Amino acid sequence: MAITERHVRARNRAAAPQDRAPAVIEFRGVSKTYASGDRGLEEATFAVERGEFVFLVGQTGSGKSTIMRLLIKEHEVSSGTINVAGKDLTAITRKEVPYYRRNLGVVFQDFKLLPNRTVYDNVAYALQVTGHKRKEIRAKVPDILRLTGLSLKLHSYPDQLSGGEQQRVAVARAFVNHPPLLLADEPTGNLDPETSIGIMQLLYRINRTGTTVIVATHDNAMVDRMRRRVIEVSQGRIIRDEHGGGYSTAEENTAEFGLLMRGEPAPAPRRLSSPGDFFDDAFKD
Amino acid sequence: MGFFLKEAVRSVQRNPIPSFAATASILVTVLVLGIFIPITQATTGAANEVRDKVLVNVYLKANASKADQNRVAAKLREDTEYVGKVAFVSKEAAFKEQKTDYPEYYSELLGSNPLPDTFRVTPDNPDNALKLRDTIAPATATGARSAIDPAIDTVKNRKDDTQNILFITRVVKWAMALLAALLIVASVLLISNTIRLSLFARRREVEVMKLVGATDWFIRWPFVIEGVMLGALGGLLAVLSLTVGKVAFVDPLVSDFALLRAPETMQFGLLAVVLLGASVAVSAMGSGLSLRRFLKV
Repeated sequence: MAITERHVRARNRAAAPQDRAPAVIEFRGVSKTYASGDRGLEEATFAVERGEFVFLVGQTGSGKSTIMRLLIKEHEVSSGTINVAGKDLTAITRKEVPYYRRNLGVVFQDFKLLPNRTVYDNVAYALQVTGHKRKEIRAKVPDILRLTGLSLKLHSYPDQLSGGEQQRVAVARAFVNHPPLLLADEPTGNLDPETSIGIMQLLYRINRTGTTVIVATHDNAMVDRMRRRVIEVSQGRIIRDEHGGGYSTAEENTAEFGLLMRGEPAPAPRRLSSPGDFFDDAFKD
Repeated sequence: MGFFLKEAVRSVQRNPIPSFAATASILVTVLVLGIFIPITQATTGAANEVRDKVLVNVYLKANASKADQNRVAAKLREDTEYVGKVAFVSKEAAFKEQKTDYPEYYSELLGSNPLPDTFRVTPDNPDNALKLRDTIAPATATGARSAIDPAIDTVKNRKDDTQNILFITRVVKWAMALLAALLIVASVLLISNTIRLSLFARRREVEVMKLVGATDWFIRWPFVIEGVMLGALGGLLAVLSLTVGKVAFVDPLVSDFALLRAPETMQFGLLAVVLLGASVAVSAMGSGLSLRRFLKV
């Protein structure tokens, strides 16, 4: 689906909210207060549709991670309801949580790879523990590693890989089951800008297969360049929800970046309004 | 299943020292149990044998007539509590018995028979020997005893012996039970600690398992198997050393010591099975304890 087409759809959706298809994620007045008394989230209401690519931005401690944790049902909401694929998360019992999580892919800043297993085994592990047969594993893992560009690193251990490659392994593990929803909490937080592009490219490619992708990040350059939907959280409140938005201020979208994301040769990037942006400098020549 | 076993073995290999400690503690526990279960059984058996011989002797007066005998016999048989069996031993029979047992003393006696007619009353339960004695000859306020029938001279039993035997058997039993309980608790805790270490060493794996949607029991099985494996290994080693000990030391002595032949001791094979079962149960309990407390899934 062409990127422009998706924008048209997004604009139409915004224009006629009553026509919306059932959302993949729906937060309705969700508040989360931790046992310590800290407020993680206050009255958050938003919906994410199928196939969307959403950036969740905000400072550290603003509530991005709270949203992620609520979505993987690591925490329970204090009030309000979260629906994922039409199912109320509060209705999921403890026993059902593992089965619910099999429909999610999760990627973290610190990769969470198992250091004593090879790349192949790390990805296969996700399938092993969810009870897949050896035959399926042997069929699926090389496929997903090819998609993430790790075919040559099959038998390397995580400590023999670069940070970017490790994160690719993590993405591969998250996506090997082809979950309809992929959550990434600071996936580029530990990576340099160049490598970050690679990871975002990968997430974008996954998004184009129809998977809904939610990325919590404070990588402002990345958000500004990708121009996807941005939900900004501050002190537990959602203060902005904008399609094709930037990290902080509304700016024009960059068609060039879209081309880059699709893996086509990037045209010479033009300077953006903010000078001294290291990310732009990296692309200048 | 193969996956669980592989994970468990991997985990044992990763922390060999706590695993060894847990195995050793199970080994010691099972060894102690394996030694003391037969010993307790043998002493209990011996004590029971003695207790079964506990009798209350009812001696009749020297001048008791045939009618007196019958009256006392009827009273003992019908009106008295705690009575199991009543056997009458006449003067003559008693004399003959004593003579065959101790010929050197009785052949010297000058013709006369000093032994009274005796009822040997077996209590219905060895523990009731003293109650039986009190029933037949209730103590009066002055402390002297007056029998239930005027023809009865004295009522005696081996009170001190009985009491001592009962007491010692009880002490031995309780001491063994206490020791076994303590050792079992120690083993459970050691296994639980080992599993806790193993959980800690593999917390990343557990985290990843949870994230990719492994079920609770899928996460737990490798740890349970690890604990049970350690326990079973300890139990097996203990049973092996018990077998060696039995063959090398006990069997040659059986002909010399009646206690070792005690029929109440269970068969060695059964004992081995019981011990192995106990070690597996103890280790499963230890693993369960740790998993319950430290694996929040």
